[in-house]
Amino acid sequence: MPIFFVNKVRVDIAAGVPGDTPLLWILRDSLNLTGTKYGCGKALCGACTVLIEGQPTRSCQVPLSSIKLGTDVTTIEGLKTREALALQAAWEKLDVPQCGYCQSGQLMSAAALLAKNRHPSDADIDNAMAGNICRCATYPRIRAAIKDAGKSLG
Amino acid sequence: MNPMRMSPLQSAADTPARPPATGPGRRVFLKVTAAAAGGLTLGIFSVDAAQAATAKAARSVAAGPEFTPNAFLRIAPDSSVTVIVKHLEMGQGTYTGLPTLVAEELDAAWSQLRVEGAPADAKLYNNLQWGPMQGTGGSSSMANSFEQYRQAGAAARAMLVAAAAARWKVPAEAIAVKNGVVSHGGRKASFGELATAAAKEPVPASPKLKDPKDFVYIGRHVPRSDARAKSTGTAIYTQDVKLPGMLTAVVAHPPRFGAKVKNIGADGLKGLPGIRFVVEVPNGVAVVANGFWDAKRGRDALKIEWDEATGFKYSSSDVLAEFKRLAGTPGAVARNDGDAAGALARAAHKLDAAYEFPYLAHAAMEPMNCVIRLDADRAEVWNGEQFQTVDQGAIAKALGLEPAKVTIHQLYAGGSFGRRANPNSDYVLEAAAIVKGLAAQGKRGIPVKLVWTREDDMQAGYFRPAYYHSLQAGLDADGNVVAWQQRIVGQSILDGTPMAGMIKNGIDPTSVEGAANLPYAIANLHVDLHSPQIGVPVQWWRSVGSTHTAYSTETLIDELAATAGKDPVAFRRTLLARQPRHLSVLELAAQKAGWGEPLAPGRNGAKRGRGIAVHESFGTAVAQVVEVTVDADKTFTVDRVVCAVNCGLAVNPDVVRAQMEGGIGYGLSAALYGEITIKDGGVEQSNFNDYRVLRINEMPAVEVHIVPSAEAPTGVGEPGVPPIAPAVANALAAVTGTRLRKLPLTLGA
Repeated sequence: MPIFFVNKVRVDIAAGVPGDTPLLWILRDSLNLTGTKYGCGKALCGACTVLIEGQPTRSCQVPLSSIKLGTDVTTIEGLKTREALALQAAWEKLDVPQCGYCQSGQLMSAAALLAKNRHPSDADIDNAMAGNICRCATYPRIRAAIKDAGKSLG
Repeated sequence: MNPMRMSPLQSAADTPARPPATGPGRRVFLKVTAAAAGGLTLGIFSVDAAQAATAKAARSVAAGPEFTPNAFLRIAPDSSVTVIVKHLEMGQGTYTGLPTLVAEELDAAWSQLRVEGAPADAKLYNNLQWGPMQGTGGSSSMANSFEQYRQAGAAARAMLVAAAAARWKVPAEAIAVKNGVVSHGGRKASFGELATAAAKEPVPASPKLKDPKDFVYIGRHVPRSDARAKSTGTAIYTQDVKLPGMLTAVVAHPPRFGAKVKNIGADGLKGLPGIRFVVEVPNGVAVVANGFWDAKRGRDALKIEWDEATGFKYSSSDVLAEFKRLAGTPGAVARNDGDAAGALARAAHKLDAAYEFPYLAHAAMEPMNCVIRLDADRAEVWNGEQFQTVDQGAIAKALGLEPAKVTIHQLYAGGSFGRRANPNSDYVLEAAAIVKGLAAQGKRGIPVKLVWTREDDMQAGYFRPAYYHSLQAGLDADGNVVAWQQRIVGQSILDGTPMAGMIKNGIDPTSVEGAANLPYAIANLHVDLHSPQIGVPVQWWRSVGSTHTAYSTETLIDELAATAGKDPVAFRRTLLARQPRHLSVLELAAQKAGWGEPLAPGRNGAKRGRGIAVHESFGTAVAQVVEVTVDADKTFTVDRVVCAVNCGLAVNPDVVRAQMEGGIGYGLSAALYGEITIKDGGVEQSNFNDYRVLRINEMPAVEVHIVPSAEAPTGVGEPGVPPIAPAVANALAAVTGTRLRKLPLTLGA
């Protein structure tokens, strides 16, 4: 029975759960963690981004069978780092979301970026965020909010 | 990594969606079992968001009586003010803007406000701009609600004041309301304290509205009511609804439009986990399973035999050839001023241009989906509903129910851009067909979530129609425009739908808007239309007719200016002398962009240029000045957009800015990349790899300037889209001299 951790809660997967099931659908359908979104199913849009051992990862492309014993998965529901809280505050302050559907994924990617680099340049932001599509084109505000959050962290 | 560690309870408590402890045991963990991989997990039924969202009534009963002065708000004993919003929140800010109107006239504190989506009701929640029906679109939410929601707030305020006046035995005129507190001298009361008494006061027929100079919310910054939920993953979309016993359906749609199922090929499902039912639906075969992945695995394993006799067999090239043929013959006349043909014949300079626009997918981030449950004598629907009463009626008809027996629970939509307002109720009826099929198998009462994959969303329809425009214009010897003749060819969006009544004299107004009402003063002007019937499902797409008419008209007017040797802004200014809204944005955008001043040089000697376009849609005029850089290899970037908007009174200026930014980004996706091509009756693109959309590194810097106005508000959801593509094309022409007449835009060979 594979065991891993989602937002620090232990998850035991029983034998017989199909190994091809992507982590995204374990999170959404089995664990009811619906903040992580389905957008494309092909790692093209970033809506399903979670942190696996701190690395932003498209959960639609992580089959259950590939998850190593004890792996740490963080979803938007468990994102509680200082960087994350600063980002969420900036997201609110600048009214970043429109439809909002992509924003969990955007925040996961942004949190991973700020964890490594509190004062990213525009090019750093492009590199970290270009995998996350927003059809409402909230991009200028995402960029501003990442910088704002970085600034607030000192 | 420590694979041996146990889950710490304390940390688990930090997780908002954490499961409740299932017993007295020392460890809390989640167990995912094979039988339950789709939908069931031990100890996880703690939160049912959809039900929580609809349990408000029950909660309020428990808390005490509420004051419900009208259909648009209610005030609870705890003084919270719940605004019932009749329009869908799909990103454009309805859940902030309409509550702002109520809060303003009620003099509520913003923190008191709560928001709830209205149930389907064409009488109570009619769209006053284009009803009788409840629906969101045409950038009408603020425009049609502006008076109505203010009246609702003002009526409630008058009743609270009347109750306070009676309690304190003072004249109503002597009572003040500010920031949610009712007061007279030193006496104060909250809304909640007065709610019961206020409910007994007569409802004023036409309560007095505030003088705009007294506004405290309207015209200022009010934070979005949904920003927190959408920044923490807690906002609930259709995709997130979970009901007890719910199953998930994924549908196999035909490889070409209109093909029918000959054999469902269910053999392929043998031995697959989680499959519960297979249901044939009008446009394919639904596999109903415990969860999405089981359903999709099943859907992909079906070995369907299709009857393609009725299917669409053509390709985009065939469609274009037919459009070109039709463009050679006169169409239904949409506008005819003077004698365009005669004036053109006599013109000193003539321009003759043809424009090609491809089919486009909406590609909202949330693919189409719908949750539905059919019980013995009623149905319930959970959906981000853009056409509440149209869908309600269609579902009722399909299921043999009265419309009142179909309850719709309104949820956030993860974008729509028009897609969720389908006149044929396509995907909603697909969901209804599935539960009807289950009922026929004796399985009534099972909630089903229909989920379209991204590929379904991109390939099964519906699309912005492809169009072909033929345009001729003439200048006299002094460079004045003397003739304009435009022919538009493309499928009608309304034809064959329940809204076909809007077609008058062969003119679908959605095909010609932006062209038939060309704002330029041209004495001899002719616009006509061909609407061939083609078996590709089509639908409105953010800004509808203006998605193509703004492009042809604004690039040709630019070309006329160049031919006349005049500045593009000055040329437009002369022709727009009688169009104050257009003029206001033209001047503001040009001024803020530094029109006429030299541009900073490009990287490595790359050429740079500016272009402008101005267009009115849904009553709102928008002008955009674009700066581009063109590299030696003919690739280009859109660097900066200066946008001016005149939407009347800007109720929430920051939301107006956000909609311009968003409209520009959405329009740029289409201008630079958007193209759905049809081959042998089916769509060639499938996902964001081959239907490319704008990413953050491609988004230009955007500045938005709002023209101050005291006129009634007009829409902002769509009008930011139309000018961007022609402004980019005009900038590219300024650099290269090449006039691009085919979308998406490319300078390459």
